[in-house]
Amino acid sequence: MARRRRAGPRVTGNRSSRILGGGGAGRSTLIAAVSTLVFFGILAVIVVNAPGWPEVRKSFFDGDIFAESLRDITPKLLVNVRMFLIAEVFILVLGLAIALLRSLPGPVFFPVRLMSIAYTDFFRGVPTVLVIYLFGFGVPTLDISGVPRSEFFWGIVALVLVYSAYVSEVYRAGIESIHPSQEAAARSLGLSRTKALRFVVVPQAVRRVVPPLLNDFIGLQKDTALVALIGPVEAFRQSQIEVAANFDYTPYFATALLFVAMTIPMARLTDWLTARQRRRMR
Amino acid sequence: MSAVELQGVRKSFGEHEVLRGIDLAVEEHGVVCLIGASGSGKSTLLRCVNLLEAIDEGRILVGGDEVTAPRVDADRVRRGIGIVFQAYNLFPHMTVLRNITLAPREVLKTPRAEAEAQALDLLGRFGLAERRDDYPDRLSGGQQQRVAIVRALAMRPQLMLLDEVTSALDPELVGEVLNVIRELAAGGMTMLIATHEMGFAREIANRVCFLDGGVILEQGPPEQIFTAPQEARTRQFLQRIVEAGRL
Repeated sequence: MARRRRAGPRVTGNRSSRILGGGGAGRSTLIAAVSTLVFFGILAVIVVNAPGWPEVRKSFFDGDIFAESLRDITPKLLVNVRMFLIAEVFILVLGLAIALLRSLPGPVFFPVRLMSIAYTDFFRGVPTVLVIYLFGFGVPTLDISGVPRSEFFWGIVALVLVYSAYVSEVYRAGIESIHPSQEAAARSLGLSRTKALRFVVVPQAVRRVVPPLLNDFIGLQKDTALVALIGPVEAFRQSQIEVAANFDYTPYFATALLFVAMTIPMARLTDWLTARQRRRMR
Repeated sequence: MSAVELQGVRKSFGEHEVLRGIDLAVEEHGVVCLIGASGSGKSTLLRCVNLLEAIDEGRILVGGDEVTAPRVDADRVRRGIGIVFQAYNLFPHMTVLRNITLAPREVLKTPRAEAEAQALDLLGRFGLAERRDDYPDRLSGGQQQRVAIVRALAMRPQLMLLDEVTSALDPELVGEVLNVIRELAAGGMTMLIATHEMGFAREIANRVCFLDGGVILEQGPPEQIFTAPQEARTRQFLQRIVEAGRL
């Protein structure tokens, strides 16, 4: 099989033209603009004329409460940021470890592979909220000396356990996507299996899975809100407090916007990396 | 003592027996070419010598030591045997220099400066010196394959296995790779070469082995195999090669 670079199926056109539907630039931009205006115009008319709209507007979109709650909630968002930054470091390591354990060959390692499979099956299957409850309330109740009691700590532990299961599957897909001839080439030079993985297989696999990995991290970023259920006052918890104080749901809307703003950079980075990789693969 | 010796080697993949009792010896500094149709077992034979595939029966001796004995350190055996693959199999995430120095540095623990000096020396010999910092995808197929050969040579092997190293190349790039192999042969490298380049095999080999259905059907000096083959199957195979304009 010729491994020379082939003119593979090229992505035609740039992205903006694809969003706009392709074709002649000027005319299709106009059509897209008119269509968008009409679509959202109709949507707005329906919502604004709904019988309950004045009620909704008062209790979800109150300008003063919005400004006030944004001021109070934004600092608490830093708690979420700290949680996911700490969690991500451990997830990257634990996820890779689980994926590597699962790839160990031979009958001797059957129990190890079995444990790795059981781990991913379990933690992908259990709702994240339950894991957070079990660790946040369960472990501190055991009252073992030396074991931290902080809900912040156990919240992160729960997120690390759940997301490592997802991320290990991403890594595994990456490792399996590297052609066996790469490992054969490394082994043929006298490298041990461990060194072949470390220098040849894993570096290539990781490069390949960066976009799906970041995608999982977007999920993680917003799931930090679930940790609020065991106590720590982060952005979502703070918004609940604001809602209770004002008898008004606007703080929820504010928090939603904050979370979206927080995840958008990661989403754009993921898109950019994916596009770059597609260009490189050719 | 032979550099490599295969005794009654058998290898199956599932139900399919690919090698059905191979006896073969390559003498020190010898060049043996394996010819035969695709699927005749040439690649599998080479991969077995390098312990990339485990054999089912028989013995393989390299430099007089049985490498197929139980509890042999396969990594240690492979250090002394270079193999070059049809599809080059360079590491795409590493520069040419890093491709070559990886194994000397990680396996032989050669200090970085020394490993790089040796690599540059080899690259220079094969006209690749200015490619040291390029990634493999920037190189032509012929250049990639020459780098793959250099990568294997950097481990200073006593034996080189070449597995159809020109089969993936554009015709105009075949020559540069064959020249490298000629140079190795002139330097006394022991080589076991699976190839479809009959003209080349005839020129370079001390002995040619015709593989058919997992056995060596016929072997001998190139003149004998190519001009006066004894077996009907060999004649048939060579006839088809001639008809395809490859000899």
